[in-house]
Amino acid sequence: MAYSDKVLDHYENPRNVGSLDKNDPHVGTGMVGAPACGDVMKLQIKVSDDGVIEDAKFKTYGCGSAIASSSLVTEWLKGKTLDQASEIKNSAIAEELALPPVKIHCSVLAEDAIKSAIADLKSKQGK
Amino acid sequence: MERKPIYLDYSATTPIDPRVAEKMIPYITEHFGNPASRSHSFGWTAEKAVEEAREEVAKLVNADPREIVWTSGATESNNLAIKGASHFYSTKGKHVLTIATEHKAVIDAVRELEREGFTATYLEPEPNGLVDLEKFKKAIRPDTVLASVMLVNNEIGVIQDIEALGNICREEKVIFHVDAAQATGKVDIDLEKLPVDLMSFSAHKTYGPKGIGALYVRRKPRIRIEAQMHGGGHERGMRSGTLATHQIVGMGEAFRIARLEMKLENERIRKLRDKLLQGLQSIEEVYVNGDLTHRIPHNLNISFNYVEGESLIMAVKDIAVSSGSACTSASLEPSYVLRALGRSDELAHSSIRFSIGRFTTEADVDFTIQLLKDKIQKLRELSPLWEMFKDGIDISKVEWAAH
Repeated sequence: MAYSDKVLDHYENPRNVGSLDKNDPHVGTGMVGAPACGDVMKLQIKVSDDGVIEDAKFKTYGCGSAIASSSLVTEWLKGKTLDQASEIKNSAIAEELALPPVKIHCSVLAEDAIKSAIADLKSKQGK
Repeated sequence: MERKPIYLDYSATTPIDPRVAEKMIPYITEHFGNPASRSHSFGWTAEKAVEEAREEVAKLVNADPREIVWTSGATESNNLAIKGASHFYSTKGKHVLTIATEHKAVIDAVRELEREGFTATYLEPEPNGLVDLEKFKKAIRPDTVLASVMLVNNEIGVIQDIEALGNICREEKVIFHVDAAQATGKVDIDLEKLPVDLMSFSAHKTYGPKGIGALYVRRKPRIRIEAQMHGGGHERGMRSGTLATHQIVGMGEAFRIARLEMKLENERIRKLRDKLLQGLQSIEEVYVNGDLTHRIPHNLNISFNYVEGESLIMAVKDIAVSSGSACTSASLEPSYVLRALGRSDELAHSSIRFSIGRFTTEADVDFTIQLLKDKIQKLRELSPLWEMFKDGIDISKVEWAAH
């Protein structure tokens, strides 16, 4: 399968790979997907007291498109407020990476990972 | 110019040996006659070449040349054998026995028989890929007309005990077909001794050309098959169609070279495979798929745990290998062969089949080991599953939200 240059770039040089301390009250962790389906994404965000995402890290088990989708959203998330972050749509990810139809689910998973990380943060902070 | 990847996919196809190509060429140009033309020397020359090639194919497997029928390849041979014999002997019964890990050309031919009203059993092999003789015997029914078992598996390279399986078939009076597409030049085949009625061969897995194969049809006791291709009555009516002289010459020469060189070649390949295996086993969490003892030296099928299959294939694009995962469709389909061995979807997806051949060098193997070490490490640094495994979390016990 032919990948777009952007997917290849993120796959070869993934941005923001790693982990944040999941017990830190400022860190939200989202883990979505399932090994049997071939994709698992872990996305973590670190949010300042005034609600701005200061840092984002990911680890992804999945195809090149899944790795690229999660790498891309870590770049997009930094500097955004939680409200802005929750507005990131899978269609924007798919468009940016020129994902073919069979890989759209990778961008859906990345959107789910953002929502899951935000929900985790909010439940931690009792909001 | 971009460098070509290192070819480690000899089980998919082999290059034509230059000696084979050289022998084929005159039969494309000057000796172009139709081997069925009986009235002039063009035909006689072509016919002589076809019969010499037939002898070479027969010699490799210790058969009578009159037992060799030319086909377009192993897929056609499998279809002709399975459907042809089952049709011919259908008055005896309408049940066919095969193995779940057979090649699609066998599985789908049996499925076609099912559509025609036959019933079929797809016996599961043991976790090492080998067929249990007792289970095989029990799966035979009074109405079983034919059993089909491959000699060497294309994905995992395991060698079935064809002699024992054939003896069971003889006792039960069941016709025994063997797909030997992956076996020629790799394991000794002696059809004078082996209790096999029908055997399929392919040229292009043994350094011959694509588009040509053969079916062995036993004469004593005689096995009858119904033709699937009707026409000029070539190949004693079993397979009509003008013979492709140059392809046949190529297959004959390829099988001749295999007969003369296979012993030395297999020793060399075994050393390379052992080196590759040793190198890859220095990586944590790798699993060899299929029995290592009853196996051709050319094949190594390994699963790399906690790494996803498609990203793995992307990572190793400097080598040409096969993946256990077909990711071309929206639904990921793990290899049905590995699934039949009881491998999890994850391990089936993250498998690579390395197949070594005549032109593989030690430098190729060294490069491959280093590439895999580097790339597996890189992908595992990216993998949340690897992180969980390292933290001592049992991933099979995690409740995943299916999507």
